[in-house]
Amino acid sequence: MIRVVLPAHLRTLARVNGEVQLEVKDPVTQRTILDALEAQYPMLRGTIRDHDTFKRRAFVRFFACEQDLSHESPDELLPDAVATGAEPFLIVGAMAGG
Amino acid sequence: MSKVRLLVGTKKGAFVLTSDGTRKKWDVSGPFFGGWEMYHIKGSPADPNRLYASQTSSWFGQVIQRSDDGGKTWNTPDGAPVPTPGSDGMPQGVSNKFVYDATAESGKPLTTHQHYDGTQRPWEFKRVWHLEPSVTDPDTVYAGVEDAALFRSTDGGRTWQELAGLRSAKGHLWQPGAGGMCLHTIMLDRKNPKRIFIAISAAGVFRSDDAGKTWRPTNKGLKSQFELPDPDAEVGHCVHRIAMHPSRPTVLFMQKHWDVMRSDDAGESWHEISGNLPTDFGFPIDVHAHEPETIYVIPIKSDSEHYVPDGKLRVYRSRTGGNEWEALTKGLPQQDCYVNVLRDAMAVDSLDPCGLYFGTTGGQVYGSAVAGDSWNPIVRDLPAVYSVEVQVLP
Repeated sequence: MIRVVLPAHLRTLARVNGEVQLEVKDPVTQRTILDALEAQYPMLRGTIRDHDTFKRRAFVRFFACEQDLSHESPDELLPDAVATGAEPFLIVGAMAGG
Repeated sequence: MSKVRLLVGTKKGAFVLTSDGTRKKWDVSGPFFGGWEMYHIKGSPADPNRLYASQTSSWFGQVIQRSDDGGKTWNTPDGAPVPTPGSDGMPQGVSNKFVYDATAESGKPLTTHQHYDGTQRPWEFKRVWHLEPSVTDPDTVYAGVEDAALFRSTDGGRTWQELAGLRSAKGHLWQPGAGGMCLHTIMLDRKNPKRIFIAISAAGVFRSDDAGKTWRPTNKGLKSQFELPDPDAEVGHCVHRIAMHPSRPTVLFMQKHWDVMRSDDAGESWHEISGNLPTDFGFPIDVHAHEPETIYVIPIKSDSEHYVPDGKLRVYRSRTGGNEWEALTKGLPQQDCYVNVLRDAMAVDSLDPCGLYFGTTGGQVYGSAVAGDSWNPIVRDLPAVYSVEVQVLP
């Protein structure tokens, strides 16, 4: 199972506590994780990436294994630790006040 | 006895305030959607338990919420889980998808509008400012959005379609105000279902007489001498809010950036009614429930000082349809007060005497059960209030 950590606002929107666990078929990439996440939680569509272009929203970041993967291709394979569930895939709201 | 329900949108969540018809004691529930900006929440006149809410975030974009039980529970209208997507495409959760209609069949090309620097920019969806449910069908609701456009849903908010004819009403000359280029007011004519009025900052008022298919500017008489190179321009005026009495939909009232205005011919022409107001800058304007010539505004010091003048929070009432105004101060702070009241943050109920309500950027919601003669704070310490709507329930 893939582990995904959502930012607080999206946990509220999806009505989940803690990590989300997803079944993702190979290859495990940003795109396949987000496809599975949005299938399980359709209310998240459009909140992380654009509905049609699938471009990441400007103030959203993707972290895993202490790396910022936000600028990687959405079809790039994610680290094995994410694919095996040893490490979570973090979806993060960019730091800003307000 | 009737019940009264206030729907309050704030910078950090939504609140539902309820009272009986005396409007003396209020229960406060919320925050709903804590931490999110709640631009507007409004109930359907056809089914008061059907509520629509605009939930938005600079980080995560737009969400539409719907309640079918008067605000006890909420759901995104198309939020049910679906099977893992297959080759036929993606999940169907599209209730927050607002796409400008650029199709050859029904839409207009994705045109451009003026940007702050005078260059032309293509329309780009940012958020929903205002939701206006149909007066007859709970599943039909209009959305006024930034960048300014009008959308309509006929399936309870599950999907949205742009009424693209509006953008061809000189849209290339529209421009954003300080708060963005937003369509913030939608008024449905109860006597003529095909007539819709909308208002945009900074473009002006527009009217459709064919249920939203075609539109034309209705700004004759507006003057913006410090905001526009041509003070009498057909479009480009920063209209902050318009209001009408439902029984008299050809008479419109307007709070413009500066100037309070009136039209007696459904927007064909406007004339100033600022009269003896201490300042004619402000945001909200509303009409008494039973007296179509009684109107209310809350003047703000100026366009550069968005707080009430002289540290005094005063609602101004005209019983003469404008020009002659009286300050309503009883129960409102009259010293050291420097709040603003935003355009969607005042509402009028239909009881007799009618109730008035408004929320401030300081987080107070004030109510009057006597048409403004005296006021009481209903709640004092909410986040900055963006919008207030009221429902009278059986």
